[in-house]
Amino acid sequence: MDSIEQKLFEKLTELHKIPSGAFSIRKNGTSELSSTKEIEIVKKTHKNGIDIIVKPNVIGKSVHIPVIITVGGLSDIVYNDFYIGENADVMIVAGCGIHNATCKTSMHNGLHSFHLSRNSKVRYIERHIGEGEGEGEKILNPVTKVYLEEGAQMTMETTQLGGVSSTIRKTFATVKDNAKLTIQENILTTDNQIAKTQFKVNLTGKNSGVEVVSHSVARDNSLQEFKSNVIGKNECFGHVECDGILLDNARIISLPTVDAQCKEASLVHEAAIGKIAGEELVKLMTLGLSQKEAEEIIIQGFLLGN
Amino acid sequence: MLKIENLHFGVKENNNNKKIIKGIDLALDYGKTYVITGPNGSGKSTLLKLIMGLINQTEGKITLDEIDLSPLSIDLRAKNGLTFAFQKPVTFKGIKINQLLDIASGKKNNVGQSCEFLANVGLCAKDYIDRPFDDNLSGGEQKRIELAMALAKGGKVFLFDEPEAGIDIWSFENLTKIFSSLKDSINIIVSHQQKILELADVIIMLQDGKIEKMGSYQEIKPFLTESKCQRLK
Repeated sequence: MDSIEQKLFEKLTELHKIPSGAFSIRKNGTSELSSTKEIEIVKKTHKNGIDIIVKPNVIGKSVHIPVIITVGGLSDIVYNDFYIGENADVMIVAGCGIHNATCKTSMHNGLHSFHLSRNSKVRYIERHIGEGEGEGEKILNPVTKVYLEEGAQMTMETTQLGGVSSTIRKTFATVKDNAKLTIQENILTTDNQIAKTQFKVNLTGKNSGVEVVSHSVARDNSLQEFKSNVIGKNECFGHVECDGILLDNARIISLPTVDAQCKEASLVHEAAIGKIAGEELVKLMTLGLSQKEAEEIIIQGFLLGN
Repeated sequence: MLKIENLHFGVKENNNNKKIIKGIDLALDYGKTYVITGPNGSGKSTLLKLIMGLINQTEGKITLDEIDLSPLSIDLRAKNGLTFAFQKPVTFKGIKINQLLDIASGKKNNVGQSCEFLANVGLCAKDYIDRPFDDNLSGGEQKRIELAMALAKGGKVFLFDEPEAGIDIWSFENLTKIFSSLKDSINIIVSHQQKILELADVIIMLQDGKIEKMGSYQEIKPFLTESKCQRLK
């Protein structure tokens, strides 16, 4: 890896070297794979992408699947399917870093599906990074489909802290009996960037649940749109929270829908968008920070402190 | 010395100017604890906020060691040695307690130092240090951490706005120990609490935006009537 690739790799994975376990590192459209006896990574034959198969009862292991793009004009689509065995408990670190120093658009669309077997657990971390001084756009459009079998639990932590010109993130999930999906999304947009996220979660199982927490910070002339649709078809619990901080001339739209189709369904949504609370700024200023420093600390905490 | 001269503050209410502070003069010395008391609406918290610069006076002057604080913003007053503990602590989303202690003390504290700040307010540090300072903490916990931040910051002038309010079972005894430990600074506490009033070198009784009486606890005690200090008991 050259120095730009290495930096992107480190930001995406928080690792300094290639991990020893299972991984797939995709660089400018080609992948390097490594399987272990517990986690198998198989290249798809008929299209771009991989199958990641975690065997039953595998606990405490992790998989890294970063995507790095450092050339302009590349449009990359991959289909990654994850199959998590019963009672397994693993961490998956994914994400895409684009360094585009050219005037041509670079794009990566990751289409992921997660199939969690009974009582399995996944912590899925996805980071999106856009860099490079070129005028070429950096576009990321991930689609994630999640299927949680009985008792399965999945936590998705998605982070995009500026640099991405345009993103449309779609997430679909079906949650069965006693299964739970937790989504924490943190997005910062600046300049003229656009970030749209859409969630559709079907709570089909008895005692199923979903918790979606979205923290957005929009600066300059950027636009963010948050759409969620939680459908309760059984005795279930759903909670959607969309908090946004607006600066400059930015705009944030929140469109939460809760659709209770069973009288035992309990669905809640909360949305709050506004400027940084004056009292928070004042408090930090009484500790000696300038207004600008206080703003940065508040935004950092809001996006990264969870 | 913190000197307050001819201080006035008013707000516009229904097209009328409502005066809240009506000409206060004070000269406060280092090494002394001043407790401001008086009925609700007498201007106690307003006076504290004017000193810190959270609001700006309409008339008058505040100087600390002959530096005119009036043109200084809140952060510059903080850097000049003023430290403020809020009556109702401000919480944040995602900012951790140890980060706030670092900001307050202006340096990266090691775990031992952060623990000491929390231990001083009776909290077991390992349960708190890595937690966000948010609304999941009880009012009493928030209040104690607010105090810990003030102590971590340090300063020449401490301004405590009703520090006992909501402080919970941890008790006034520990709170008063903290105030007694601040020996070199100018300590100004807004309070109705008898045990805190007893700590004062000087009690400043406000009434309707003016100083009604000033003196030691013994001198002021006869005037601390039920009606004026309803929360005394």
